[in-house]
Amino acid sequence: MSAETEQAANPAPAAPSQRVDISQAVIRIAGNSQDGIQALGGFLARLAGRTEKEVMTFMTIPSTISGGPSIFQVRIGSGEVLSAGDEADLLLAFYQHSYENHIHFLKADGMVLYDSDNVEPKPEWTARWRHVGVPISTLTVEAIGGTAKDKGKNIYALGLLARLYDLDVPRLEELITERFTGKDPTVLTNALTAFHAGYGYSLDKARELYRFQPGTPHRRPQVVMNGNEALAYGFLAAGVRFGAAYPITPWSDTMELLRRELPKYGGIFVQCEDEIASMCMALGAGYAGRVAVTGTSGPGLSLKSEAIGWGVMAEVPVVVVDVQRGGPSTGLPTQVEQSDLHIACFGTHGDAPRIVLAPANVEDCFYTAIEAVNLARKYNTVVTVLSDQAIATRIEAFEEPDLEKICQELPIDLTPVPEHKPYDLNAPDGISRHIPPGTPVLNGKYPVAAGLEHDEMGHPSGSPKYHMAMTAKRRKKIQALAATLPTPEVYGPPEGELLLVGWGSTQGPIREAVDIARAHGEIISALHLRYLNPLPPGLPEILTRFRHVLVVEMNDEGIYGFGQLAMLLRARYCLSHIQGLNKTDGLTFKVREIYEGAMARLAQWRAEAKTGAA
Amino acid sequence: MSESPTVAQEKMAAFAVTPAPQGRKPLTKKDLVADHPTWCPGCGDFSVLAIFLKLLEKRQLEHEKITTISGIGCSSRFPYFVQAHGAHFIHGRTLPFATGVALTRPDLHVFVFSGDGDALSIGGNHFTHTARKNVKMTMVVMDNQVYGLTKKQTSPTSPIGYRSKTDVTGVVDRPINPLKQALAAGATFVARTTHTNPNHMLQMMEAALDHQGFSFIQCLSECVEFYEGAFDASNPRKGGMFRTVPADHDVTSEVAAYQLADEPFPGYFGIFYQVRRPTKWEVEQRLIEQARKPLAGLASWQILQKSFAKMR
Ligand SMILES: Cc1ncc(C[n+]2csc(CCOP(=O)(O)OP(=O)(O)O)c2C)c(N)n1
Ligand code: SF4
Repeated sequence: MSAETEQAANPAPAAPSQRVDISQAVIRIAGNSQDGIQALGGFLARLAGRTEKEVMTFMTIPSTISGGPSIFQVRIGSGEVLSAGDEADLLLAFYQHSYENHIHFLKADGMVLYDSDNVEPKPEWTARWRHVGVPISTLTVEAIGGTAKDKGKNIYALGLLARLYDLDVPRLEELITERFTGKDPTVLTNALTAFHAGYGYSLDKARELYRFQPGTPHRRPQVVMNGNEALAYGFLAAGVRFGAAYPITPWSDTMELLRRELPKYGGIFVQCEDEIASMCMALGAGYAGRVAVTGTSGPGLSLKSEAIGWGVMAEVPVVVVDVQRGGPSTGLPTQVEQSDLHIACFGTHGDAPRIVLAPANVEDCFYTAIEAVNLARKYNTVVTVLSDQAIATRIEAFEEPDLEKICQELPIDLTPVPEHKPYDLNAPDGISRHIPPGTPVLNGKYPVAAGLEHDEMGHPSGSPKYHMAMTAKRRKKIQALAATLPTPEVYGPPEGELLLVGWGSTQGPIREAVDIARAHGEIISALHLRYLNPLPPGLPEILTRFRHVLVVEMNDEGIYGFGQLAMLLRARYCLSHIQGLNKTDGLTFKVREIYEGAMARLAQWRAEAKTGAA
Repeated sequence: MSESPTVAQEKMAAFAVTPAPQGRKPLTKKDLVADHPTWCPGCGDFSVLAIFLKLLEKRQLEHEKITTISGIGCSSRFPYFVQAHGAHFIHGRTLPFATGVALTRPDLHVFVFSGDGDALSIGGNHFTHTARKNVKMTMVVMDNQVYGLTKKQTSPTSPIGYRSKTDVTGVVDRPINPLKQALAAGATFVARTTHTNPNHMLQMMEAALDHQGFSFIQCLSECVEFYEGAFDASNPRKGGMFRTVPADHDVTSEVAAYQLADEPFPGYFGIFYQVRRPTKWEVEQRLIEQARKPLAGLASWQILQKSFAKMR
């Protein structure tokens, strides 16, 4: 269909379409990854951040290298946004496959905005969903010139969305300008032209146009980024000046950013020959007086395991990030799962107690990175940050941290010490100090940082006495940390019929599911755990105030019927009413899946209780 | 390559260096000896240790700046026997660990002690990559051509025919030539010595200490327990021959170094190759300098704020 026929088929109505006030919209953009879908989604997310909205995104990328079908979903809200949304209000479809594969994600009254150059609507669907066809490809070429066939479509579509949702045009122009500045000037001119052409297109056949209610103003401006970026910036803020890693999806973004940024802070990031080397190099920097960071995903964590044990044994600070992905072995490299919890807590030989934290959202990635560094320094041990593919790639807006207050410098302290025992058994709570090489020890007795079981100076000792005492020392400091952790707050009533327990990136969807259930009159609450090893105090009291506990996690129910966190909690608290709600489809939990899963289990328990009572 | 003043200043600023204790007395062997070595009587490793202590005494390094780092093996017990900062790391991974130390602390003297198995078998990958990065450190591989600590298995340098517990009828795989390996990887200092010639060993260690870059020394060190007599051919007292590299050998020629390194056992002893190339640390300092130029005078939080401003 050409532009003319399309226009003719939709004669402009006399009166302008009315604006409908909305507080939320879920926009799913479907096309091919090379079409700039991520850039388009990114513009929407950034705009939301600048206009006091909350935003959360979700995307799928093909695991092929050179593109393929891909989606980017943005949920924008004038109020709180806890998930990227199960269903879309609007589907923007660039191709027939985008249209056919994604229309079922539209809400009942949803709208599909499609490129009529490439999409042939199906009659059976036109009755069910609102269809608005725009010859996006043709009009983009008309706007910016002949050869740019597939370039600029995304920006043209951005113009359409700006018209449809009455988005802030000057701010969008600003964002487009920022993005393309520094490139060939024609790129920016073309982008702005495409944007205005899209914005100028009459969308009157859309039946109604929308306008977001104003969001709540923040004290400070919002920043918009994904979890991988937030982690990297958190490390920079924490004073990390050395990093080492090996590329792997989805961790690579963080290392690429650190490699680029660290020199600005006088730091070094090394791309190593493998994950083993990077773990060892980070430990070397930690031994030398810096808190260093390394990171990986999936198989890389297995490779790091032996050296992680050394960090625990030698009591040297280091932070390890694991951006979890799916499956054992190479598994599902571009999909999400939460199945590295056990290796993070226990993976390596011997008893090697360590600290494991999981951020709950993008903002929390930033603060967790800082906390991980501080814990590693204080307890002189390995701290693992468990992120996951979903949080790593999703974009959120959050209030810009007060960097002047938060940023810390960590100069290397080489103050002479009169004497030093790196593994002092009398150290309070087992927390002894690590002094870096270069520190004069005035009594002339120098320590060895050792992976062999050792005496207080680090010299080998295989005696039962030392092994028991040192094992206890390493354990005691983790126990000491546990005692200082805050008891997590229950979201919802402190007691009731069902408690949903989650960790990591599922915090938002779980809360949303709880909100829905409560709106339906159920007495349901949620509990989110950030500290996974050690576990915080106060959990048994919380867990026993609920008749049922369901641990919601993206991992398998395991051979004993419990997911990985559920298994830890059952083992720790001996509470048989802890059960699991698990899934392993490689996608984030939909709110509906949690809600319906929880309701189904409740119904089952209620039925069982009835028959049991009869 | 000379360091720019800004880099040097910043480097110093990175360390909260307090003045060294006043009236420091010279380091003696007595100050440097720690635990009594647990090696078998007669083990070649004793002489490596003795010469290393002699080097420290002779060169009077600041005591606290001496750092010995090792992997796992008999030879790798080294740090326990030297009274200095040290780390006893995991098997084969010494080099990346030492790289972390060297890149963080250019003020330290990083000495790595390793065995042939530790360095060239389990750690073979790291050997290549550390050499190519030209990380400044001295690596001494105490090569006994056998696995000592785990009691007589084949090592990557065991000669064909040697009967080990894992090759009871004789080693079948072609041994690695550590010198050629180091040259191929891009090491900027490659030398060979033996435990039976202490003076030569000291010369090699001194030259390595002065080298600005990755210095590699293959040191033949006999395992009297599991491979006695392995190096008799290079020991004049056992009827062998100790041949130093020819006086006219061009140490900057990689090709010439290969040719010498290719000589059949016992081959040559001395410095095979030495060139000056920027070290990894120096290269990184250049990147830092470039990156910081437009940010001069800004505190870290202000630099971070610049990045955040772009994400608003
Ligand atoms: C991951 C791992 N694998 C195996 C070992 C066992 N191991 C300890 S030392 C060693 C070989 C040491 O040989 P070499 O490096 O030649 O040193 P030597 O004892 O001969 O000085 C082995 C295989 C280990 N400690 N760690
Ligand atoms: S086993 Fe061999 S290498 Fe080990 S200490 Fe004894 S002689 Fe030395």
